[in-house]
Amino acid sequence: MTDYIPQDYQPLLFQLVLALGFIIFTILITHVLGPRLKNAAKDAPFECGIESVGDARAPLAVRYFLIAILFVLFDVEIIFMYPWAVNFLKLGWFGFVEMLFFVTFLMAGFYYIIRKGVLNWEND
Amino acid sequence: MEAVLIIKGIIILAIFALSLGIAAYETYFERVVAAYIQDRVGPDYAGPAGIFQPLADAGKLFFKEDFIPALADKSLFILGPSLAMLTALLTSAVIPFGDSFIYEGQKILVQGIEVNIGILWVFGIVSLGVYGILIGGWSSNNKYSLYGAIRAASQNISYELAMGLAIIAILMMTGSLSIRSMVEAQHGFNWNIFYQPLGFIIFLTCSFAECNRTPFDLPESENELVAGYHTEYSSMKLGLYLFSEYVNMFISSAVIASLYFGGFNYPGMDWVYSKFTSIWGATVGHNWATVIGICVLMAKIFFFIFLFMWVRWTLPRFRYDQLMDLGWKALIPLAVLNMIITAAAQLSGKPLWIGLILTLIIMLVIFLPAIKKRTVKA
Repeated sequence: MTDYIPQDYQPLLFQLVLALGFIIFTILITHVLGPRLKNAAKDAPFECGIESVGDARAPLAVRYFLIAILFVLFDVEIIFMYPWAVNFLKLGWFGFVEMLFFVTFLMAGFYYIIRKGVLNWEND
Repeated sequence: MEAVLIIKGIIILAIFALSLGIAAYETYFERVVAAYIQDRVGPDYAGPAGIFQPLADAGKLFFKEDFIPALADKSLFILGPSLAMLTALLTSAVIPFGDSFIYEGQKILVQGIEVNIGILWVFGIVSLGVYGILIGGWSSNNKYSLYGAIRAASQNISYELAMGLAIIAILMMTGSLSIRSMVEAQHGFNWNIFYQPLGFIIFLTCSFAECNRTPFDLPESENELVAGYHTEYSSMKLGLYLFSEYVNMFISSAVIASLYFGGFNYPGMDWVYSKFTSIWGATVGHNWATVIGICVLMAKIFFFIFLFMWVRWTLPRFRYDQLMDLGWKALIPLAVLNMIITAAAQLSGKPLWIGLILTLIIMLVIFLPAIKKRTVKA
């Protein structure tokens, strides 16, 4: 078994500096090099030539919000499975049955949200 | 010790330059592949066979106007593409691109950092990439950009779930989160693809969706949303968005190759290793064997990049409800099933071929109706 120490992450700093340097360099250079021409029509949001009404701070379909909430729920459940997956040979069949219970409850909730129509996009 | 640090720095610099260079030339190969599939000429103007096309594109983008719309949130507008690019460039740190080089008796791994959270690092950074798109789309203050960004965010988080579940099956086979130990467990021709065909298909589909590639490029579908989240972007800020997409494609090809296709392992590697060490001695032979391993991994990565392009120019785009149905109602239950089968097959102590046969039967049961439907229609 390999031992891991915080120093393992040191080279990451180098990569971070490289990446940040590349991005800042690009953004600055392109800002200096390009021409600058302004007028009112150009500054307006692009809407295929039609005059724009209001701005884009409008309410959205609630479905996107529900997806985000469901993602948080399921992601937390999946994170629970990671430690089990790493150690499951040691836990043996007992751990397997326990995880089966866990997954059954999870999928029961999943079945419920599907029957509730949370994931039905056609009915909007 | 200092020489070791310098070599490590050179390795990181090389991986960094490689991912940028490959990303630049992916744009060229994308056009060549597209031209080949559509039976036309493709880029042939800049240099012999259009080989300098990526340089010409980058040069053009640098000299374009750096435009910020009047209604946009200025600082967030700049932050968006920077964040997208930053996350794309940081992912490569944990991927083992080769075995190791021996220098003055010390082993130096061909990898940015070797840590015990490897695959979690990739996942964490990739999910931060959603913020780049979301911030850019929202701050543009354009309705098309906003819809593109929202679509991208909800598509990425949906497919991340199935991706995370598909990874669990791989974790159970290795018992470690480090990508290097996953690769080393696939020594020779003992690749995970033979044990995890269903997991591979799920992971591949999810990585198409995570990279916003066709058939899942809803965030930038031009007939609905003009250009999606980067409608208002110009000059190199647009370039960073496009570039980060290609870097992500390279990284996900590398991850797929490492997780399912053995990374730098290839059949007959032990024979090559013993031949090399007997010809050139333990140190030089080991280093040359490592070089061969790096070339093998690169070949695998290029194959998957080609697959990304092949799929893009072959399949049409999904509708948004189809995309979400596939992610939630098909891939997540399949991934859970795959996880349980793998666990049972591993625990039973029997060879994993039992798991493979079970998986193939399940795949047949699931895909048979789809195949039948298609033949009836035809």
